[in-house]
Amino acid sequence: MEPVIELDGLEVCFGGRPILKKLKAALTGRSIGLLGPNGAGKSTLLSTLLGFYKPSSGTARVFGRDVRTHAREVRGLIGYMPENDAFIAGMSGVRFVRLMAELAGLPREQALERAHESFFYVGLGEVRYRALGTYSLGMKQSAKLAQAIAHGPKLLFLDEPTNGLDPPARSRMIQLIREIRDRGDLRLILSSHLLRDVEECCDEVLILKDGNIAAFCNLEEERRANRRFLEIETRGENNGDFLAALERRGCETAPGAQGRIKLVMPDGLEVRQIYEIAAAQNVQLRRLNHKRDSLEDIFLKAMEAADGRL
Amino acid sequence: MAVYKKTYRPYEGALTGPLARLLVIPRYAFEDLHRSKFLSTFFIATLIYPLICALIIYVQHNASALQLLNVQNARGLISINVTFFLSLMGWQSVMALFMASFVGPGQVSPDLANNGLSLYLARPFSRVEYVIGKMSILAILMSLMTWIPGLLLFLLQGYLEGWNWMADNARIASGIFFGSWIWIALLSLLALALSAWVKWKPAAGALMFVLFFVTSAFGATINAVQRTHWGNLASVSYMVGSIWVQLFEGANKTTNGAVFFRSPMGEEVPLWYCWAGLAAIALICLYMLARKIRGAEVVR
Repeated sequence: MEPVIELDGLEVCFGGRPILKKLKAALTGRSIGLLGPNGAGKSTLLSTLLGFYKPSSGTARVFGRDVRTHAREVRGLIGYMPENDAFIAGMSGVRFVRLMAELAGLPREQALERAHESFFYVGLGEVRYRALGTYSLGMKQSAKLAQAIAHGPKLLFLDEPTNGLDPPARSRMIQLIREIRDRGDLRLILSSHLLRDVEECCDEVLILKDGNIAAFCNLEEERRANRRFLEIETRGENNGDFLAALERRGCETAPGAQGRIKLVMPDGLEVRQIYEIAAAQNVQLRRLNHKRDSLEDIFLKAMEAADGRL
Repeated sequence: MAVYKKTYRPYEGALTGPLARLLVIPRYAFEDLHRSKFLSTFFIATLIYPLICALIIYVQHNASALQLLNVQNARGLISINVTFFLSLMGWQSVMALFMASFVGPGQVSPDLANNGLSLYLARPFSRVEYVIGKMSILAILMSLMTWIPGLLLFLLQGYLEGWNWMADNARIASGIFFGSWIWIALLSLLALALSAWVKWKPAAGALMFVLFFVTSAFGATINAVQRTHWGNLASVSYMVGSIWVQLFEGANKTTNGAVFFRSPMGEEVPLWYCWAGLAAIALICLYMLARKIRGAEVVR
């Protein structure tokens, strides 16, 4: 799969202080999460990809185009929803989105049509003629999403899209993002410090800490791998025959205290067959869990590493 | 729009070119300006003086009109010469200053107030294009008030007086054109720089007047107290006036400018100081704009 973003020793310094430190990665996912605590460099990375900041050394490529030398072309591919408020207070919502679509290169008529469509799509159809300055926080967030998608970008940057939203508004925003992602017409990068947002919307995660890449993982693969990893608890501790039977069927086992056994199942073996083996060995299973290495585990592990690297 | 279209769909149509994108900014601005009755009326009012000038030129070349008015020596009464066109330029340039003070402060500050600028610059649209786009709003408006009517009047006079007059006074035409553009560029840069730094529009507008009128008074005060001419370098209107006289007449100076833009004879400072002074103001404005027109703030 063609990488969406390639970071090639990317370093960004402000006033001589490195903010992004020699980042190196190739992001290929359909929806990529940028995770990290406040000040980790998430927004700086997005701003650098947009050409707002010049790399001090190294470079980055978006769909193979260098952000240093092809900044205009790169920006033509991107829809950007910034973290903070971004609007012109006296302008009506639909006129603002139309202006932004025209600046992205859409002809007048198409820009107007798509501005209306975007507003309906994000659920602001009824208020599209109101001045943006009068919108509530949730409406402003949706208007920002509308302007980011109006020109039909190939890559969508969402910087903290659920910031300040109440739970129903957050669910609506997440649902919209997932809908856009599932249509498959564009790739998206979601920057957030909220694990849940990233977990719900992304299939690849880049975790930043102090300007370094602390972890980079494919959530889909993690989820698939975790499905084969079980933790079971049996009654009593004398499980020797049961363990031997499991190993004969290709399982890797690790017995623990109080009848607990961790096991990795081979391909082809189903959970139902574990019950059958236990019944054959006269072992009573008290508990069986799919052990899941959640995004939270991954994030916490990354944060524990002293220098920000795993 | 049909309700069934409530879904995301990519755009696969044709895209416009960079020039068309650049013109989006003035188009939206003119839509806004057109809604203001005050600005529309003011703009129309600024064309009254050129219309009066056209009438004077016409009457002066029309014998029957002169007989009707019972005027025997009208040609001697008002001469259509350098002073006539310099007066037109001076008056129209003061009007342009008013227009820039009304329109300019509302150009950049609304985009900066709520970070709207980051969305402009997140598109295939550079900082330079943004500034040029915003400057073009003022440049188009002020062109319609200064060099366009000026050159039309020059052509009218040339048409009525004969092509020889046009050839002999070609310098006036170039003076109108280049002199106006110097003023337009200066006003546009100042208006945008002040708009970027002063968020309160009335204050930014007032600062424009302060820069032109107060600096003139300041320059005159320095001249009077120090008994020198170098105080003129503190006066923007003096510097512009000196350059205009040079553009209109070259070395054979017969006038001392017009209206507010005067460089009295015997009080001259070397012309290149005036050019350098205006260039310095332009550079300061550009620096002020470069500091503010950014996609994202740099927090050091």
